[in-house]
Amino acid sequence: MIRFESVTKKYGKKTILNKLSFEINQGDFVVLIGPSGCGKTTTLKSINRLIEPDGGKIYVDGRDIMKENPVELRRKIGYVIQQIGLFPNMTVEQNIAVVPKLLKVPKEEWQQRVKDLLNLVAMPYEENAHMYPSELSGGQQQRIGVLRALAASPPIVLMDEPFGALDPLTRDSLQEEVKKLQKKLKKTIVFVTHDMDEALRMADVVIFMDQGEIVQMASPEEMLQNPASPLVKSFLGKHLNNGAVLLASDVMKSRVLKVHREMQTLQSVELMRNRDVNSLIVINDDETYAGTISIERIKSAGKAGTQIGGLLTMEAPVVQVSDPAQSAFELLMESPTGYVIVLHEDQTVAGLITKTSMAKAMGETLWGGDAV
Amino acid sequence: MNNLPNYILEHLVIVLIATAIAVVIGILLGVIAYWVKWAEQAILWLVEIIQTIPSLALLALLMIFFGLGNPTIIAGLVLYALMPIVRNAHIGLTGVENHLKDAAKGMGMSRLQRLVKVEIPLSFPLIFSGIRISVVNSLSIAVMGVLIGAGGLGFPVYRGIQTNNMEMILTGAIPVVLMALVFDHLMNRFEKKLMRS
Ligand SMILES: Nc1ncnc2c1ncn2[C@@H]1O[C@H](COP(=O)(O)OP(=O)(O)OP(=O)(O)O)[C@@H](O)[C@H]1O
Ligand SMILES: [Mg+2]
Repeated sequence: MIRFESVTKKYGKKTILNKLSFEINQGDFVVLIGPSGCGKTTTLKSINRLIEPDGGKIYVDGRDIMKENPVELRRKIGYVIQQIGLFPNMTVEQNIAVVPKLLKVPKEEWQQRVKDLLNLVAMPYEENAHMYPSELSGGQQQRIGVLRALAASPPIVLMDEPFGALDPLTRDSLQEEVKKLQKKLKKTIVFVTHDMDEALRMADVVIFMDQGEIVQMASPEEMLQNPASPLVKSFLGKHLNNGAVLLASDVMKSRVLKVHREMQTLQSVELMRNRDVNSLIVINDDETYAGTISIERIKSAGKAGTQIGGLLTMEAPVVQVSDPAQSAFELLMESPTGYVIVLHEDQTVAGLITKTSMAKAMGETLWGGDAV
Repeated sequence: MNNLPNYILEHLVIVLIATAIAVVIGILLGVIAYWVKWAEQAILWLVEIIQTIPSLALLALLMIFFGLGNPTIIAGLVLYALMPIVRNAHIGLTGVENHLKDAAKGMGMSRLQRLVKVEIPLSFPLIFSGIRISVVNSLSIAVMGVLIGAGGLGFPVYRGIQTNNMEMILTGAIPVVLMALVFDHLMNRFEKKLMRS
């Protein structure tokens, strides 16, 4: 639906957009997020040609927008600007009807449309249509700003921090309204915000920008699981420790005792006694996980002077660092050993989940503090 | 003296015609100055320069083209009236907030539609204020018309001076002052109303 091909924009020597490339599919709710000045508004304004890039191409519906008439292009793309921007010389009704009128929609039709839209946001026509923007509250103005962008049923709607200056309650309800509208009307929405809460709540796809480049483009779930950079991580902030996406690596302890498989049985029994544990994690020469060995196992099967390598068992459940903590938790409850081994992708040992480490991590998630 | 109502009427008509023409030309020039970057300074400079030409000289000059009579004084009034209108229109149009211009553009309005539907309505209070200044100026300058054979209240004033008749001078001058005060007051009130809404 919308495609950027190495789009570049410069002001003087300063590069604002640096070879930006991405594609947005029809019906997607895409959220652009990033620090102030990273180029979100510039990206948005490039789509309806309020800003023209110095390099690269932008396609809307498969057509190069530089080859289209800008005025007609804009009438097909709804636009909610960062500062609301209702025309103070027009009533609510006139504001909403701006684009339908430009498109020469018959009066009865656009009037009906204005009524329907006002109903949608619980602002009855009779009471509101003939008010001037200055007579409305901030929240009502933002609603009208959104309705104005939707009035001509454009397939694409661009929204630049449309809920910027709202109290949390009004913001919540408007977010819900917009999300509902988008699903119902199957719009492609490009939405700018610097509020991660808002992004995670609304987005099908999040595009994280920094200094005119895309740092990460992913679904909210993906971004939470694998933030691409420390900056993304810091934006995600409190969401990272959200119970729903707690990972095995978040609930393990990483300082664990590992021994090589060549160790003598006697030696290992000694070690276990010293450390007051009843089993050891055993690794191969290349550091990969080999298995576990317990005191009972050595007592029942071991002969003095042999290596533990021949006595290893695989009875301890194994998970990967990126597995959800929840599945590790279930394995832990059923585990005969009382612990779960956590492995890196290269099969080396990352850590160990015990009931203590699990409880500690959960407590920190519930009551704050850094994750383990 | 029984001619007084006629003088007043003629004076008014001259000023109103001149103002109407000045409003059209003035807004047009204001828009051009706003739209066409390279013409901006030239236009503003031009209307300023006209303002500094002494009225007698200007009228004499215009007489070459328009001859004796009302058209010359009307042309003169138009030229003097341009400055406040052009300047205020230009300030008003450039002063419309950028985000509103962006919104209008983003909605898909053409340049002309933006001008007519958004930019002129929003700068109208300022433009109107320019028109008020022009009207008040024109009411007094129009008295000069008598020197180039035009009608209006300049006639009794001039005759009074020639015959050393104070009473006659005043019958011409007082209505001019009163009209200026009345117009200024009424237009000012309307302007305040515009500003408020
Ligand atoms: N007309 C301009 N001339 C020069 N620099 C500009 C201009 N417009 C924007 N910039 C610069 O481009 C950069 C990106 O601006 P942009 O408005 O896209 O940022 P943003 O991501 O929307 O920020 P915010 O979150 O504050 O709205 C900023 O550093 C800004 O200063
Ligand atoms: Mg911005």
